[in-house]
Amino acid sequence: MDSTGGADTTYRMFVSYIQKTRAYYRSLGYSKPYRWAHFDDVPFTTLRRPLSEATVTLITTAMPARDEDAGAAAPQAVCSIAASDPPSRLSTHGLFWDRQATHTDDLDSFFPVHRLQELAGEGRIGRVAARLHCVPTEYSQRRTTHRDAPELLRRCVEDGVDAALLMPL
Amino acid sequence: MSLVARHLEANGIATVVLGSARDIVEECGVPRFAFTDFPLGNPCGKPYDAVMQKRIVGIGLDLLQDARTPRTTVQTPFVWSDDQSWRENFMRTEFPGASSAER
Repeated sequence: MDSTGGADTTYRMFVSYIQKTRAYYRSLGYSKPYRWAHFDDVPFTTLRRPLSEATVTLITTAMPARDEDAGAAAPQAVCSIAASDPPSRLSTHGLFWDRQATHTDDLDSFFPVHRLQELAGEGRIGRVAARLHCVPTEYSQRRTTHRDAPELLRRCVEDGVDAALLMPL
Repeated sequence: MSLVARHLEANGIATVVLGSARDIVEECGVPRFAFTDFPLGNPCGKPYDAVMQKRIVGIGLDLLQDARTPRTTVQTPFVWSDDQSWRENFMRTEFPGASSAER
């Protein structure tokens, strides 16, 4: 059965955003392309308890909206949200996403807190962690690696998190 | 975000990335990746489509449980629309030096 429905199947490759950003910024006169993070080795750990007993958190690159009307993002630092009281929206202002093709008015399309709560209610996971997290998007990979990632780890350990779903916008 | 996944994973917390920028995530290298071939902005499903969103989160949870090696990517089965012009329209550039592959 054709699972693509009526879609145009002349496109069989996913979009290369590395190529697009390279071409885009070169067209603006920037000669030195951004060097995306690259590693040969990838860490791996197995889930330490069954999913049905696991504490799961969410991490997004969207940020709490400081001014809901203006859509301005909060300062650039790791922020946490109480899972018991999620906001109705998060700011995606200034982030790299396709404003022409879609929108980010539905929180669960990029930060699926309600879907995860439903799955917890059905017993698919043990529980949603007490806190969910927002991490700033930094040009500097060093800041993410040495400042934000350790802070997120600290908060996840405090909350007894077994697993995290990470959603870059 | 991939850098965060790597740090958590290296410290004993299992991670899965739900995303739509496949080349950026795979260039970095993450333990588990549920790829949805959508315009950037809705990596967990179309806005207000709760059924699709729940399936994508479910595919991510499956990966947490079932992946046995790092760099495990699963593509979710969803298509954004019949019209796929979004692929070319995003960050479109028109300048003489660009190759067709970069436009």
